[in-house]
Amino acid sequence: MGSDLTKYLRVEKLPHIWCAGCGHGIVTRAIVKAIDELGLDPVKVTVISGIGCSSRAPGYMNFDTLHTTHGRAIAFATGVKLARPELKVIVITGDGDAAAIGGNHLIHAARRNIDLTVICYNNTIYGMTSGQYSPVTPLGSFASTAPYGMVERPFDLCELVMGAGGTFVARSTTYHARHLTNVIKQAIQHKGFSFVDAFSQCPTYFGRRNNLREALAMLNWYKENAVSREDWAKIPPTERGSKFPIGVFKDEEAPEYCESYRKVIEKAMKEGDAK
Amino acid sequence: MAGSRPRLFQGNEACVEGAIAAGMRFFAGYPITPSTEIAELCSVRLPQVGGTFIQMEDEIASMAAICGASLAGVKAMTATSGPGFSLKQENIGFAAEAEIPCVIVNVQRVGPSTGMPTSPAQGDLMQARWGRHGDQDIVALSPAYVEEVYFLTVEAFNISEELRTPVILLMDEVVGHLREKVTLPGPGDIVIKDRKKPAPGSRYLPYAPMEGEDGDIPPLGAFGDGFRFHVTGLTHGPDGFPTNDPGVGEPQIKRINSKISSRREKLCKAEELFTEDADVLVVSFGSSARSAKKAVKDLRAMGVRAGLLRLITVWPFPDHLIQRIAAQDLKAVVVPEMNLGQLAREVRRCLDGRATVIGVNRVAGRLIEPADIIRAVQGVT
Repeated sequence: MGSDLTKYLRVEKLPHIWCAGCGHGIVTRAIVKAIDELGLDPVKVTVISGIGCSSRAPGYMNFDTLHTTHGRAIAFATGVKLARPELKVIVITGDGDAAAIGGNHLIHAARRNIDLTVICYNNTIYGMTSGQYSPVTPLGSFASTAPYGMVERPFDLCELVMGAGGTFVARSTTYHARHLTNVIKQAIQHKGFSFVDAFSQCPTYFGRRNNLREALAMLNWYKENAVSREDWAKIPPTERGSKFPIGVFKDEEAPEYCESYRKVIEKAMKEGDAK
Repeated sequence: MAGSRPRLFQGNEACVEGAIAAGMRFFAGYPITPSTEIAELCSVRLPQVGGTFIQMEDEIASMAAICGASLAGVKAMTATSGPGFSLKQENIGFAAEAEIPCVIVNVQRVGPSTGMPTSPAQGDLMQARWGRHGDQDIVALSPAYVEEVYFLTVEAFNISEELRTPVILLMDEVVGHLREKVTLPGPGDIVIKDRKKPAPGSRYLPYAPMEGEDGDIPPLGAFGDGFRFHVTGLTHGPDGFPTNDPGVGEPQIKRINSKISSRREKLCKAEELFTEDADVLVVSFGSSARSAKKAVKDLRAMGVRAGLLRLITVWPFPDHLIQRIAAQDLKAVVVPEMNLGQLAREVRRCLDGRATVIGVNRVAGRLIEPADIIRAVQGVT
């Protein structure tokens, strides 16, 4: 049971451009479901994206939406949020968009603890350009630009954002759709920089080269390899293999950037020679 | 209303005061010589007027942030120099394509590459026009005096708001760092223009041309005001959504060009001195035009019929002004500029063989002196 989520979608813009079996629709649904369950005023929600498969999602979402340049969504979002702090600003990005070309903006927004919610549709591949490796493509897996197997070490995006100072960090997958919705809800409610690493299957360009040709096979892979962070902690590192933790890894309070800057304005207006 | 008492202003300082007077309430920047004072002053002045300053992590992010702030309804500016201007180009193109009003200040220094950070140049004239991929017309204004920096910054904001387009304020290190006497106008003495907004509650088509005057410039809503509209750098239709239909895309691309080129005569400001009977014309802009003015005055005192055309608007290019003066049978056109002939190339294009164009060029930070220009003119008279 639940309310009709199509009111958050630009139904007339469907069908979407994503391939059959792509996980991005599941993540997009989780976002609008979270917005619905939180009862947010859709007029006060702005969704901003960069370039790539994930970044096409805002075009289908019925809010103020901004589809920016490759890697720069968080920087555009910083301008929107600072200009109108009362808006809920959600950034939709992909692993290439967020962690390669846009990596600098990701870590600095996390460091500032600006109140943005960044949801990374993480399919470990450049899908839009048909399957080149990204900074999170697992070691040894194959991509169109890693025909002999991936030899670069991948980022753990949650560790990266936590290291940079993000105050809410979580991971989920498209198999765990209810869990994904819940962590997105928590991320949106969090005051400060929040990051959700949403694993999303790409059977077409990742799976095809890595013995996971079917979407179902990829979802089953998530099911079998995702473990709660509590269970993860109990597995000796040498026995972790392909398993990965999901859940909320960090949820801390720290001064939020827009609020800190509001105090700067108050101070300057009081002390300065404002005209 | 009465203006302030005259006082010494640095060019970069005049830019900040002009921007605030024009209604700028958001600045995002990154430190780079010789524009850094603009960021520093914005960090002091903006919060005093309730505005926001942020030092972003890089030049690209600064350009992105001002686009975001402008879409949220706040007038926004960034400032940079040579290498930073190169880095901003992609997002300037985004602002042009998505029709986002904003102002980009480039205090030019010697290039290419890192070049000479504290020395003046005018080598970004062509980058301002052509620095981005794809076709888009652009507006760029180039001040020569500190007081003019103030008024042109206001003008840059006004044009950006009226035409829904990024506007480049093309300064150079001389004008940016020079200190000159400036009398600030009173609050009611300058005209401030704001973007057209869509009617509340209407079905908003953010890229649909309308009937009537200036109907080629659609109104711009602000995020959060209830229009729930989409903005993209993809070629888009009147509703703002991407299209691969050439029949929809071509009018959109042509409109972002023609909205500027069709207003060429209105946009092009220039200062003319002794042009009505000149048989040698000196064309220049920015700080080089200061030397050109002195040279033309000295030449007149020597009995040479020299005239000056100082371009204030450098883009769109004032073809009509050059062609009008060229109709009076010039012996030559002398073009002093601190680059290897970027302006001269445009002047030649306008003249189409009707007069010889002689460049006076320096590129390593040394200023062009009036004597250099006088020598060039004497060579053809």
